[in-house]
Amino acid sequence: MDATNKSAVPALRMTNISKRFPGVIALDDVSLELAEGEVLALVGENGAGKSTLMKILSGAYRADSGRLELFGKPVPFTSPLLMMRMGVAIIYQELLLAKDLSVAENIFLGRLPKNRWGLTDWQRINADAASLIERLGFDLDPRAKVSSLSVAQRQVVEIAKALSQNARILVLDEPSAVLGDAELAKLFEIIGRLSAEGVGFIYISHRLEEVFTISERTLVMRDGKVVGTAPTASLTRNDLVRMMVGRELSDIYPTRNPKTGPLVLEIEGLHNEALSDISVKVHSGEIVGICGMAGAGRSELLRAICGADPSTAARASINGANALFPSPGKSLAGGVGLLPEDRRKQGLFVSQDVAFNVSIANLGSIVRNGLLSRGAERKVVTDFVSRLRIKTPGISEKAANLSGGNQQKCVLAKLLNAECSLLLVDEPTRGVDIGAKREIYQVLADLADKEGIGIVMVSSELPEIIGMCDRVYVLRGGRQTGEFTRSDLTEENIMHAATA
Amino acid sequence: MSEQQVAVSPNSNNGQRWMQGLSHRLAAGGLFLVLLVLTVIAALISDAFLNPFNLVNVLRQIALYGIVSMGLTFVILTAGIDLSVGSIVAVVAVLTAMLLNMGLAVPLVLLVALACGAALGLVNGIGITLIKIPPFIMTLGTMVMLRGLALTISDGRPIDVASTVGNYAWIGRGSALGLPIAVWIFAGVAVIGFVVLSFTRFGRNVYAVGSNPEAAHLSGINVRRVLLGVYTISGLLAALTSVIFVSRLSVGEPTAGTGLELEAIAISVIGGTSLFGGQGGIVGTAIGAAILAVLANIMNLVGISPFTQQIVKGAIIIVAVSSEVLRRRR
Repeated sequence: MDATNKSAVPALRMTNISKRFPGVIALDDVSLELAEGEVLALVGENGAGKSTLMKILSGAYRADSGRLELFGKPVPFTSPLLMMRMGVAIIYQELLLAKDLSVAENIFLGRLPKNRWGLTDWQRINADAASLIERLGFDLDPRAKVSSLSVAQRQVVEIAKALSQNARILVLDEPSAVLGDAELAKLFEIIGRLSAEGVGFIYISHRLEEVFTISERTLVMRDGKVVGTAPTASLTRNDLVRMMVGRELSDIYPTRNPKTGPLVLEIEGLHNEALSDISVKVHSGEIVGICGMAGAGRSELLRAICGADPSTAARASINGANALFPSPGKSLAGGVGLLPEDRRKQGLFVSQDVAFNVSIANLGSIVRNGLLSRGAERKVVTDFVSRLRIKTPGISEKAANLSGGNQQKCVLAKLLNAECSLLLVDEPTRGVDIGAKREIYQVLADLADKEGIGIVMVSSELPEIIGMCDRVYVLRGGRQTGEFTRSDLTEENIMHAATA
Repeated sequence: MSEQQVAVSPNSNNGQRWMQGLSHRLAAGGLFLVLLVLTVIAALISDAFLNPFNLVNVLRQIALYGIVSMGLTFVILTAGIDLSVGSIVAVVAVLTAMLLNMGLAVPLVLLVALACGAALGLVNGIGITLIKIPPFIMTLGTMVMLRGLALTISDGRPIDVASTVGNYAWIGRGSALGLPIAVWIFAGVAVIGFVVLSFTRFGRNVYAVGSNPEAAHLSGINVRRVLLGVYTISGLLAALTSVIFVSRLSVGEPTAGTGLELEAIAISVIGGTSLFGGQGGIVGTAIGAAILAVLANIMNLVGISPFTQQIVKGAIIIVAVSSEVLRRRR
């Protein structure tokens, strides 16, 4: 853009890239530049074309038109191996490590050096791995199995692996989706260190706070086009949101109008492997937040309530039942449904269509004359598609083809179709773009305010908790360490209870 | 020009959807096309192929392998596998012949035979769900054990069914409306299997468990019960095949059904059922059975040696699976 930009040749220059898929223009004349050592934030809603662009950069896709230059040299043909050799590494959200191998083995996988006997040179591997990790400012045993590491540590391994291949351009695809705040700080430290060494970063994220913290320049995409690029410091949060969604979002949280009714859930003295002595109350029409650091027992609490994990309670009264549910099946039958943390692994049948996903938990309602009726199913599912505003070409579209937000709405529709009057939602907006987040918030608020559904919401995003909840429980190490009502819901209060 | 394009765009979206639906249908339709082409080739290569006697033989072949394969389709849809079907056939064959020779009433023998197959399938299911043994290992174990059991109770010899035994031969040899009874049984199993998979809660749950067992569990599906169900069905249909075998040959052989499990898996997979679970169905399996039967028939008519035939069959399995894998990758 700017003529006064870095005098040197950019590390990466993608010019006028276009890519079509049957019926869709995924990328329309997109250009991107990255200077050496620069940290560029790439933002945009799901479906904006960010991942397609990165797949072209990684060599997984080939552009229909446009040019790609690395360090001033044109790259006429791409392939994943070629791009890796030329110093481009992409670190995906779902880390691609061999869990049963050691840290060092993962770093040098496929390139394990041999000693003069032709055997694997373990000493050298471990020493080299240790020095790479040290360069990142971390302390990890190169002999440790990857399965024993935290998500953040695994990310370090991925980055070390990229560095061992002399990566000069690193793409981080939503690294924060799986990281806690402390872990994220460490990641930022690494980014800072490496960019000072001249490694360029393309940082993809949904979380705008991070964009402001880490990036020097931001490039916004929407509908396959570049909306604009500017030094991050010159942008405000509102600018970014407006560029991303194409409209002003003064507040992404809906106005709540809580009319709480009778108690729908009351548990005292809940115990299991991960939890001790938890007591929870939820009224109808109330949204109750569960906060805490990763590992505090938030998801475990939801799983205990819906019978997914075995637990005991001194006293339990859930939707009229006077005991904990023995299984998720019994829980659903009792009107309590779980929207699980990991949508693709626990919530969705990705290889099946939308209708299948919505109707599966209450097939009884579409039985006519003893058999499942496609007609009845179409009616029920179509109703949910319009009620929750699920964007899909049709109810027989594969769930895998939907965007994250719409997939999440399908899982929600499944629970509502099973006539749940108490919803346990675990990270309902994880990996979902801002526009879809807003819609999910609206849906949840409507369910609580208009239909009197009780909602228990786990989230690691405090603004979301504060924006949505009537009351919040804070957990730490499997114990309850605080309870706040709307009037004293502040980040400080919550963080204090979660960490003190 | 460009304005026109804009105006048309919602339609082109429709067109795209229509194309998708078409390509969906082509997956099943393509299979049918393969069968059609094979049939035409068979008719061209050999005059004997279209001979009604030969065609009935092909149908009988489709029926025998098809019935077991439908059981396996249920199992494979849950991302499982059942290697024991061939051995279940053997045990039930020996048992059926012995019971017939003991003079038990034919309907009673049939009932006991089917119940025995179902029970053996249930045992597989119990090992897989309660003890959580991987399906491959559990059914490999019962495959070997049941073969041994069949050989033990028959003393390793075929058990001839005495000529004095009442009217049971109709199952394997009789015909109605010009088609063998076995073919009608196959058609009945196919229709019931299709209805169960597509129009019952159990059928939906089978697909759910195969696509994502964790999500199925959290959606309130009793995953264990579904798995017990599919292995029981697989055992039951193996027993049904066995009864037809015995009736046709008047002998209960402890070596009956050797290699049948592989044939049945091949048929399911050629028919488009994914070994990863959740994809496929009965119609594909029926066509898969027909493809393999027609192919075997062509090779017999042309005089290709049974040894070479095995090479061809193996190659077809690999081609079928690689086409599935390639489809998934896209």
